[in-house]
Amino acid sequence: MRIGVITFPGSLDDGDVVRAVRRCEAEAVPLWHGDAELHGVDAVVVPGGFSYGDYLRCGAIARFAPVMGPVLEAAAGGMPVLGICNGFQILCEAGLLPGALTRNAGLHYVCRDQWLRVENTRTAWSTRYEPGAEILVPIKHGEGNYQADKETIAALEAENRIVFRYIEENPNGSRADIAGICSANGRVLGLMPHPEHAIDPLTGPSDDGLGMFYSALDSLVKVTNE
Amino acid sequence: MARERMIDTTAEAAKTPELDQPYAELGLKDDEYARIREILGRRPTEAELAMYSVMWSEHCSYKSSKVHLKYFGETTTEEMRTRLLAGIGENAGVVDIGDGWAVTFKVESHNHPSYVEPHQGAATGVGGIVRDIMAMGARPIAVADPLRFGAAEAEDTRRVVRGVVDGIGHYGNCLGLPNVGGELVFDSSYNGNPLVNALCVGAMRSEDLHLAHASGTGNKVILFGARTGLDGIGGVSVLASETFEGDETSGGRKKLPSVQVGDPFTEKVLIECCLEVIRAGIVVGIQDLGGAGLSCATSELASAGDGGMRVELDRVPLRAKDMTPAEVLSSESQERMCAVVAPEHVDAFLAVCAKWDVTATEIGAVTDGDNLVITWHGETVVDVPPRTVAHDGPVYQRPVQRPESQDALQANTSASLARPDDLRRTVLEMLAAPNLAAKRWVTDQYDRYVRGGTVLAQPADSGMVRVDEQTGRGISVATDCNSRFVALDPYEGARLALAEAYRNVACGGATPLAVSDCLNFGSPEDPGVMWQFREAVRGIADGCAELGIPVTGGNVSFYNQTGSTAILPTPVVAVLGVIDDVDRRIPAGIGTETGETLLLLGETRDEFDGSEWARVAHGHLGGLPPKADLAWEKLLGEILVAGSRDGMISAAHDVADGGLIQAVIEMALIGQTGARVLLDPDQDPFVQLFAESAGRAVVAVPRSEELRFTEMCTARGLPWRKTGVVDAESGSLEIQGVAEFSLTELAETWNATLPRLFD
Repeated sequence: MRIGVITFPGSLDDGDVVRAVRRCEAEAVPLWHGDAELHGVDAVVVPGGFSYGDYLRCGAIARFAPVMGPVLEAAAGGMPVLGICNGFQILCEAGLLPGALTRNAGLHYVCRDQWLRVENTRTAWSTRYEPGAEILVPIKHGEGNYQADKETIAALEAENRIVFRYIEENPNGSRADIAGICSANGRVLGLMPHPEHAIDPLTGPSDDGLGMFYSALDSLVKVTNE
Repeated sequence: MARERMIDTTAEAAKTPELDQPYAELGLKDDEYARIREILGRRPTEAELAMYSVMWSEHCSYKSSKVHLKYFGETTTEEMRTRLLAGIGENAGVVDIGDGWAVTFKVESHNHPSYVEPHQGAATGVGGIVRDIMAMGARPIAVADPLRFGAAEAEDTRRVVRGVVDGIGHYGNCLGLPNVGGELVFDSSYNGNPLVNALCVGAMRSEDLHLAHASGTGNKVILFGARTGLDGIGGVSVLASETFEGDETSGGRKKLPSVQVGDPFTEKVLIECCLEVIRAGIVVGIQDLGGAGLSCATSELASAGDGGMRVELDRVPLRAKDMTPAEVLSSESQERMCAVVAPEHVDAFLAVCAKWDVTATEIGAVTDGDNLVITWHGETVVDVPPRTVAHDGPVYQRPVQRPESQDALQANTSASLARPDDLRRTVLEMLAAPNLAAKRWVTDQYDRYVRGGTVLAQPADSGMVRVDEQTGRGISVATDCNSRFVALDPYEGARLALAEAYRNVACGGATPLAVSDCLNFGSPEDPGVMWQFREAVRGIADGCAELGIPVTGGNVSFYNQTGSTAILPTPVVAVLGVIDDVDRRIPAGIGTETGETLLLLGETRDEFDGSEWARVAHGHLGGLPPKADLAWEKLLGEILVAGSRDGMISAAHDVADGGLIQAVIEMALIGQTGARVLLDPDQDPFVQLFAESAGRAVVAVPRSEELRFTEMCTARGLPWRKTGVVDAESGSLEIQGVAEFSLTELAETWNATLPRLFD
């Protein structure tokens, strides 16, 4: 299994995603923002950071990066795509996911261990979790306040596309406590928390994040077997 | 509209020896100016005057501190040097940590800019220290920030705290470096003069150590990173004979404030670019541009090499119009580096820069001459022996005098202060005090996870990151300084700062290896301040000799004062430690094992002078600080490391500010686990709970290991006392016979203070 990990200038957690992918015994394939193709990967992760400095709006420049063209095409063809933090922001800007991430309600950057509830275990990135499972994953962002119009939120709720919700405390003011959402076909997932920093209790609060990477590998095996 | 500006050349300088030059406005004294004329055999050009004045400033030349700093070298034995790959004099010291890894670390101050403009001042402080580490060829792997602010309730503190924390977060979080610790201290002596110190640790393979050299005639000098603008030019602007309205990029020349503006994204790509050229082996030397900009970088690079250097200054990419050579040399624009590259590698170097979209320009070359020669559109504007600029600055023997008030300060002990009857109330008052309260409000604004190797971070005693993913080898770092103790006795206070940082590293299970410092003091023109400085330097150096670990570098910041009132003397000491496998790090929170006993290691004495209790309860500072016994600290450190290695310790926490009870409460709150504290019936409970005697730590040991561990302590002569048991079921902290608290009450008290003050 080959999982591509994109590096934009300003990406920060790309190395951490590579580590997480390898921990699941999959092959991590570095993708450069200027690449015109995806080098035959089976899934793509858009990692966290500050792509191109994010001086405009988070992800607003990155969506125009050459590598995003083939990512959009692959996503349309059903390839699993995961956007973490800045990656989530980029996927929203690119139109793969609805809504936008705005400044945290408290206006501060927040780095802490956050409890989430898994609301949908049928996406490409969440089948390894039990329905309703509560997982502990770090968050670290200044703009993670998910906003969309009423109709969009209602549709996300109705279609069970809210995959992760903040529990105990909403750290950023997100509507409906949204931490992560998926595309209509459940193949594209964007979330603010960082599963790649919850792969080992030595360096993170838990290893609850591994489930996302294993889920993607499971979904790929299924596709291959079909 | 283009303007013709008279450029002062060396030829012009030779022709007009009598020209009146504004050297005094640039901070040079009569004899210093005379010496420059003597070195050059003529008057300096405008550009040369700019270079000398900034490089001979206190900040760059250490002219007041040099005579005292020599003591560090004099007290460092060969044995202490065995792990040193580079020491004082380089940008930062480099230490061999084993498995083929070398680690470099340094602390720097950015105090004055952070008061004027807290956000940018603090941000560019992070940027500067990170470039310092890169200049050694190391990848920055962690940062930490020792911060000191005015009284928490003072009017201006909120502005400064919010700006500084936001600036560090904004800049540091964008670089992808975990922030693993630091300090947060409030004291009214910092009201008009906060201390913003920034620490960075870098790691490299030992064979990749790159020192800032410019050897090899014909090698090219390449400037890369951001463009050069008018920021941070400060005093040099007196050289400009005219000023104009307008902004930097139009024809006008707006004076920019003396605080530089940082661009973390540019720094981030600069880091990646630097590491790639270093890894490719295509640089001979590399140098950061910090204070004094190109003046510093060119003169230091040239004096570290074996030849001269020629620089075509007009090739420097500029951001502002009509800059003079003096301004280009003095600009402190951020995010710039300088490299020396062999001619055959220039194309490869430029290709890496192009990949990362980093502007890179060949600005000169190493020559076989002796001088640093700088030209401007073909005319020579600087022609100097580089060492005279970079290293042969003036050295002052400032008067040193123990202040007369010191006796009265030491005589005014805490013995007469009324001690509390209600210990329960005192516990809560102390826990809520700004200096003891939870620092989450600050540290939650920093990314501690990025790079995936952080195993300990605030509120642990030290920050610890993994360096080698295969072997698990890691480093640990802690900074400390109780400036109240230093004020009472600068020599002992500095030793106490060293002892505490050493202990904090050991509490995580790491072996302390090396020391760096950031010496923040008042005006060197005050003999009393110079006395504090000299004593503190001696305290750290003697302490290091006793502990057997070297000082690998440091930074001096003088003139920290408001009006004529100096800050409390604040020699921040950073200790670097190594751990062969981070998997055996000791956490600070209890409750990781079922059934733990709490042991207090060390001895508690009735020591309250300079304590946090004396400050909180009485606003008192006087007397003599606690005793520091470094042989004892060393033994305590060895026991903690042995306990970690043999799996005998499940949690450990240093006992310092606020005393034993503060340490135990923090261990309970971090581990979210209750405990019962047992006091010694033969000693005053108040003293046991709040005294700040040095050389102590609380450890939690699994019951199965208790006997083995205590026998080891007894055999090695370290006093210990069973001071409690972990009680996972209780959800409370009980001080037997004194008081009981629910963990919820303690957590709310501990966590409420900083959000209340600064949100």
